[in-house]
Amino acid sequence: MKTPFQRFAGAFAATALLSATPVWAQTLNIGVIGELASFDTSQVSGGTWESDVLLDVFEGLVTQNPKGEAIPGVATDWDISDDGRTYTFHLRDDAKWSDGTPVTAGDFVFGWRHLLNPKNASKYAYNLYPIKNARAVNTGELPPDALGVVARENGKTLEVTLTEPTPYFIELLTHYTAMPLPRHTVEKYGRDWTDMDHIVTNGAFKPVEWVSQSRITAVKNPEYYDARDVALDKINYYSTEDRNAGISRFRAGELDVLREYPSSRYQWLKENLPEATHMSPMLGSYYYVFNQRQGEPTADPKVREALNLAIRHQVLAKQIMAGTFLPAYAFVPPGVHHYTHQELPFKGQSMDERMARASALMKEAGYGPDNPLDLTLRYNSSDEHKKIAIAVAAMWKPLGVRVHMQQAEATVHYQAIAQGDFDVARAGWVADYNDAENFLALLGTGAGNNYGAYSSQAFDQKMTKASTTLDADKREALLQDAERIAIDDNAAAPLLYYVTRNLVNPALTGWQDNPVDDHLSRWVSFTP
Amino acid sequence: MLSYTLKRLAFAVPTLLVVITISFFLMRAAPGGPFDGERQLPPEIEANLKAAYHLDEPLPMQYLRYMGNLAQGDFGPSFKYKDFSVTELIMQGFPVSLEIGGLAIGLALLIGLPLGVIAALKRNSTIDYLVMSLALGGIAVPNFVIAPIMALVFGVLLGWLPAGGWNGGALPNLVLPVIALSIQQIAYIARMMRASMIETMGSHFIRTARAKGLSEVQVVLRHALRPSLLPVVSYLGPAIAAIVTGSVVIEQIFGIPGIGRYFVQGALNRDYTLVMGTVVFYGALIVLMNLLVDLLYSALDPQIRYND
Repeated sequence: MKTPFQRFAGAFAATALLSATPVWAQTLNIGVIGELASFDTSQVSGGTWESDVLLDVFEGLVTQNPKGEAIPGVATDWDISDDGRTYTFHLRDDAKWSDGTPVTAGDFVFGWRHLLNPKNASKYAYNLYPIKNARAVNTGELPPDALGVVARENGKTLEVTLTEPTPYFIELLTHYTAMPLPRHTVEKYGRDWTDMDHIVTNGAFKPVEWVSQSRITAVKNPEYYDARDVALDKINYYSTEDRNAGISRFRAGELDVLREYPSSRYQWLKENLPEATHMSPMLGSYYYVFNQRQGEPTADPKVREALNLAIRHQVLAKQIMAGTFLPAYAFVPPGVHHYTHQELPFKGQSMDERMARASALMKEAGYGPDNPLDLTLRYNSSDEHKKIAIAVAAMWKPLGVRVHMQQAEATVHYQAIAQGDFDVARAGWVADYNDAENFLALLGTGAGNNYGAYSSQAFDQKMTKASTTLDADKREALLQDAERIAIDDNAAAPLLYYVTRNLVNPALTGWQDNPVDDHLSRWVSFTP
Repeated sequence: MLSYTLKRLAFAVPTLLVVITISFFLMRAAPGGPFDGERQLPPEIEANLKAAYHLDEPLPMQYLRYMGNLAQGDFGPSFKYKDFSVTELIMQGFPVSLEIGGLAIGLALLIGLPLGVIAALKRNSTIDYLVMSLALGGIAVPNFVIAPIMALVFGVLLGWLPAGGWNGGALPNLVLPVIALSIQQIAYIARMMRASMIETMGSHFIRTARAKGLSEVQVVLRHALRPSLLPVVSYLGPAIAAIVTGSVVIEQIFGIPGIGRYFVQGALNRDYTLVMGTVVFYGALIVLMNLLVDLLYSALDPQIRYND
């Protein structure tokens, strides 16, 4: 029988022992906005919430610094041939999988072939299409070993051959589709290599637990080459679809980071949690597509110009969206690497001037108060899109435009607009890699995401030329020319630029706002 | 009774077959497919995806393939959550939904039944009005309003309970979702119990019981309670099936890994296999619960006997 004092002393000692661990252990709790599709990077569906997890547990040849810029990862450095078509990556000696097996060039070759193997039906395989024969491998015309990647020097060097010089290739390699795959475990376990009992990763963290639809837990990977400088011991990624509930959990101290808080809460958060509320420009564009297929009213450039003239971008950004978007006057958002931002020519004009010109254009196109223009405006269901659609419809009303709104859930919306069943439609694009080409390619003739079927020979020529131009300045000039052609043609209606919205515990250091909105936990720590 | 049960179970098979068939073709008839999204996929990629999921085969072929796999207990892979099969998703999520839903129903019965009885016995009194107004409030206020308020008050402002998260089903994490889920059920059960109790108390056999000189407590407990439970029991069958299969609202607000969300997400993502999996599972559960209700009926009411 213990005396009360002994019991107390025992309990005290136990508590002291238990609390000794948390003093050193740093756990980061992140509220991500969805559920990861798979740890097999070839099977991922492309959500931002998926990069949040995958970029922490895997590392490619190139990785990102806290500013979201590409820096050497598994590769220490690389040589580019004079024709820009061959990249030779030199891999670090100390890169290891979490079971201690070295990461070799062969793991990249294996991973990229896996991604492009048509049997694996990877949605994002096209990300690696710039590599020689990648498309042919992906369609099954050529076997996977025809892919233009070769491991050399005992797996310490990776030689990549591209079809065309691709100036943004290094940026592309920061994407999770370019990660290596642990050949030794994939061959041993097959599809089950992603099971928590078998999985090995080569990033700063390794996943240890996955409760579907609830949480993924990752711990520091002691085999990571830079493990000494990784402060966090553990990360919990909580699947937080209801982002208002996420705000409650953040306020209750259950989350240290909440990704993409709802824009409708911005004003409240700014007033009540000013230190935690982050917002910064992002490489994303919110725009309206004009259907330019034959017979459509918006196939007439005069109509398109008039519609663009009548849009009040400042009102949309500041009044309608309460400052949670930035007004957009071009297709390529500001902040893109090596690119001078372009603008719609009428940006500086007064609204009166613009409306006068717009009315005149509508008249020339044969529309007016007696002959109003009926337009179907399609958007995918969401309060945000609805507010913007109503505002834009009101801005077009003085031109005698009658807008008929049609909303549908996202799958139906995109299917309908891909088939051309609309006059004006909402669309958005967030950059895959930091390059102007990624936005402008949306307007190329026959491009998959060119919903409006805009087609300009002059534009296409500039784009094709830019894609093979190695000199960065010359290439920039060509891309600028292309964007100006599209702007002059009123190829679409730029409305807003996206911003990143995050709640971040002020006690965290190393977490920086950046335009690609990737935040590798490797750089993050709690201020002691 | 046994052969009645077996007969009912045998009838369930064609019922489920019809449900599965209709759902299968309705799902395919819905516009948009599992690979339509903000980003248009290059045609070669789409072709690979369709081939991998056999969506390039004619619809009747796909149907036969699905039914064949189903007969072997295979719901197929999820289109969206690639590291899990549909069976794994349901088997991982169902115990969670069952726990939350079961507790909520238990709580609802524990509170709703006595409230209904008291309201009925004290008909038109202050207590009755109070209980019934509260019940009306409970029905009228949806749980997507109650749940965030509860999370805000008890999780954020008072800090007594976690504002969300599952944490392996720890008690503090259970409290708010269970209460939020049970409020509406308490209200329904109390109102139903009151109405049926009032009806029973007016019937002849109660008058006889009173005439025999039984105390009011005995009358209520021994004679009135059992028959009054019948409407509640028939309500409970489908209600339990609905509640233990999860609530998308409660699950999303409290971040609970149940299966309720799959009904909604599966449909929105056009995750064909996941939708079919949840439909089959829910359908089977409904059939089962209705059978249980009918069996319970005969236990509660001696007039109901199932002859073979």
